Amino acid sequence: MNDASPIAPATGCRNTPILKERGQREVFCGLTGIIWLHRKMQDAFFLVVGSRTCAHLLQSAAGVMIFAEPRFGTAILEESDLAGLADAHEELDREVARLLSRRPDIRQLFLVGSCPSEVIKLDLERAAERLTTAYAPHVRVLNYSGSGIETTFTQGEDACLAAMVPVMPKTEARELLLVGALPDVVEDQALGLLEALGIGPVRCLPARRADDAPAIGPNTVFALTQPFLGDTHAALERRGARHIPAPFPFGEEGTTAWLRAVAAEFGVPDARFEEVTAAPRARARKAIAAQAAELGGKSVFFFPDSQLEVPLARFLTRECGMEAIEVGSPFIHKGLVGPDLDLMAEGPVISEGQDVDLQLDRARAARPDLTVCGLGLANPLEAEGFATKWAIELVFTPVHFYEQAGDLAGLFSRPLRRRAKLKLEAAE
Amino acid sequence: MKLTVWTYEGPPHVGAMRVATGMRGLHYVLHAPQGDTYADLLFTMIERRDHRPPVTYTTFQARDLGSDTAHLFKDACRDAYERFKPEAIIVGASCTAELIQDDPGGLAETMGLPIPVIPLELPSYQRKENFGADETFFQIARHLVRPQEKTAGITANLIGPTGLGYRHRDDIEEVTALLHDLGIGVNAVAPMGASPSDIARLTAAHFNVLMYPETGEAAARWLERAHGMAYTKTVPIGVGATHDFIAEVRGLTGATGVADTSRLRLPWYSKSVDSTYLTGKRVFLFGDATHVKAAARIARDEMGFEVAGLGCYNREFARDIRALARDFGTEALITDDYLEVEHAIEAAQPEMILGTQMERHVGKRLGIPCAVISAPVHVQDYPARYSPQMGWEGANVIFDTWVHPLVMGLEEHLLHMFREDFEFHDEAGPSHHGGHAPRAAAEAGGPPLDGQNIPEETAADVPVVQTDGSVAWMPDAEKELKKIPFFVRGKARRNTESFAAERGVREISVETLYEAKAHYAR
Repeated sequence: MNDASPIAPATGCRNTPILKERGQREVFCGLTGIIWLHRKMQDAFFLVVGSRTCAHLLQSAAGVMIFAEPRFGTAILEESDLAGLADAHEELDREVARLLSRRPDIRQLFLVGSCPSEVIKLDLERAAERLTTAYAPHVRVLNYSGSGIETTFTQGEDACLAAMVPVMPKTEARELLLVGALPDVVEDQALGLLEALGIGPVRCLPARRADDAPAIGPNTVFALTQPFLGDTHAALERRGARHIPAPFPFGEEGTTAWLRAVAAEFGVPDARFEEVTAAPRARARKAIAAQAAELGGKSVFFFPDSQLEVPLARFLTRECGMEAIEVGSPFIHKGLVGPDLDLMAEGPVISEGQDVDLQLDRARAARPDLTVCGLGLANPLEAEGFATKWAIELVFTPVHFYEQAGDLAGLFSRPLRRRAKLKLEAAE
Repeated sequence: MKLTVWTYEGPPHVGAMRVATGMRGLHYVLHAPQGDTYADLLFTMIERRDHRPPVTYTTFQARDLGSDTAHLFKDACRDAYERFKPEAIIVGASCTAELIQDDPGGLAETMGLPIPVIPLELPSYQRKENFGADETFFQIARHLVRPQEKTAGITANLIGPTGLGYRHRDDIEEVTALLHDLGIGVNAVAPMGASPSDIARLTAAHFNVLMYPETGEAAARWLERAHGMAYTKTVPIGVGATHDFIAEVRGLTGATGVADTSRLRLPWYSKSVDSTYLTGKRVFLFGDATHVKAAARIARDEMGFEVAGLGCYNREFARDIRALARDFGTEALITDDYLEVEHAIEAAQPEMILGTQMERHVGKRLGIPCAVISAPVHVQDYPARYSPQMGWEGANVIFDTWVHPLVMGLEEHLLHMFREDFEFHDEAGPSHHGGHAPRAAAEAGGPPLDGQNIPEETAADVPVVQTDGSVAWMPDAEKELKKIPFFVRGKARRNTESFAAERGVREISVETLYEAKAHYAR
């Protein structure tokens, strides 16, 4: 099976010393994950127990307000909740009762902890247990923390999925579990490829509806589709499931390596693998090539955002011919992104955490052709003359697997193409 | 605990950020956890600013809580001073930092920084964004303002504009031009564009123009009390208010210059025959108190609309808005719960909403056109073009903005005449808008689940349609109702039902429908 396996560089980045920084972080907190999770799980409601800031974050991060009534909300703590005048648990029970009576379609309710609820030590686990008893079997109530003091951006999804693992039913069946909230269209493509390879049964976490919740046991093997699922990974292993390590399915090479790792686990013959993947691989390569013409030889600098940075840097350096100057990530979990680090040639600074002003100094000194950063930094950097790609789009756009590989490259080439296209200065 | 989905105002520290971001040479050190930096994007994305807000966040994490978050704060404060060399620093806490009680103000004072350090006390669990801006600007003024000799010519300060303000950028220009016509110069605009040294010189002006009471009233009152500076009470939004503002300024200053009204077009546009169709259009107003107050007067006196309901989300101005509502013969809705606003709008069945971005969404859902008059607004309400709300050009802009969402004069008649035209049927909405067709859900009465339950057409042979159990529609009447264009159908339904209920009619026939129409004819 070695014919199409990616060839690792002589020295990859796995053992590159990591620049660890501690300072002001220009990143979202874990609550932000609710924006996509509530669309993914169609019978789930996310109730943040927090402050006005939390509610304001969610509506600002959503960018465009979702005009249909969204399946999330914030129970805003008020002065009386903090002063102990009102029993916060009673208040919470009342709000939940109101919510569930108005939304009988809700089958899963997540109580989501925030910075203030964590600081005042509001025990949401106890609340979730109590409410589960009260609303069983129709509604299951779970809790996790999306607070900024504990989670960074995509870690919110990790915390959410990890909270679901302990209550997953037990099974002895040999099943493949795909872990990570993917856009439905991408998930369907992945399931289609796996089915064509003869791999199954395949279950997904999170499931689109509560009734489709997967089971788990010692014969479950799981593949992660997102690199930020460290806690979920640990929780699944605690339930006896086994992880299939692989590079993440971004780009043609990443997708092939990911599929190949899963195929190897299920003993798929080489010929079958070639037959199933040849056409989509060729399509992906062709689609990437069109974008790579614009990206090749250009340098890229990643500010930390979603933990997708390492696999994306691997994709951009190996498949699009870019040179990575710095790959910053909020958190680097070598157990998960190790295979991607192995494939990325030595050279870039690998940084974890952030001190935003120092990192901006490094970016200004390096003058990258493209800077990948959050929404708070993008326009200011553009104004300084840097081409930027706002990172949140990478999380909100279908970018995984073969058919999206060209789109993924396009997200990076578009800012460069746009700069080349615009003629805005006065003629000399 | 209060459940909410969307909020009209952010937390108070966002108000402080609006002041800091509007100013120059000021830095804000905010004790806050990771994630609170989301607020930067309000300025860099929604307002499209090309600079990061001048804010340093301490970014404490869970593991710091047991040890020394105060130390983190002091480091952040020192680093911010070294790096940005501001003329003054404001320090405060976000909601989470308020709970850990590190007292940023006290900590910063002990550091001996060679610049003014202004502590902010913004109670996150009681107050909101506008209070935060108002209080922050007041504290900055209180700490920095010094007595000054008055300028030789008559000058004013423009008080209240901030970062992320609704049309503040353009209102400043319009008011400056208006004052110029009167022979009055501008000493300083603050907070927007002012440096701490400009704040120190505020007292060189002869009086203050309070542009936005929401964000500048505390400072204006204090300048009056402590430094004898009068401030204007009229906000010049609309033709009448702008005339009143000019009269007020003349009264305060004795200025004799004449305002040039040659660019003012609203009065003629409103008189021109094409505008006849605007007469008596029922509008619902919601937003911040200042913009609602101005909009109510414009709606009634300058556009010829009928105000069907009004309210504001900032409780600080509840008394003013209640008094205003009494003048308009309606009841004020004072709430920051957008669902309550939605219910009030649904009940009033206006033909147009003048509101915020929340009401724009409500309008979309109910199939009622909406124009935006107040913050909170989204990126499209920070237009590239000059688009003030104040002064003469502001009046012109408002005329255009409010007329735009409506079905135009003759088009309205054509819709009445040929209701079943397959292309121009009323469900298609105003023909100059793509995709503005109302949601059929608006007709369903009940709250739709995710806007998905678009009801089937009611066939003529189905039994009577129950609405609220007391009055029922006969199938023929229901069918006739459907022939009424969408922008008046809600009103027709409501009028007919109350007409029937008042007369004890339990079943609405086509007769009842037209009797009600004659009864309510205007």
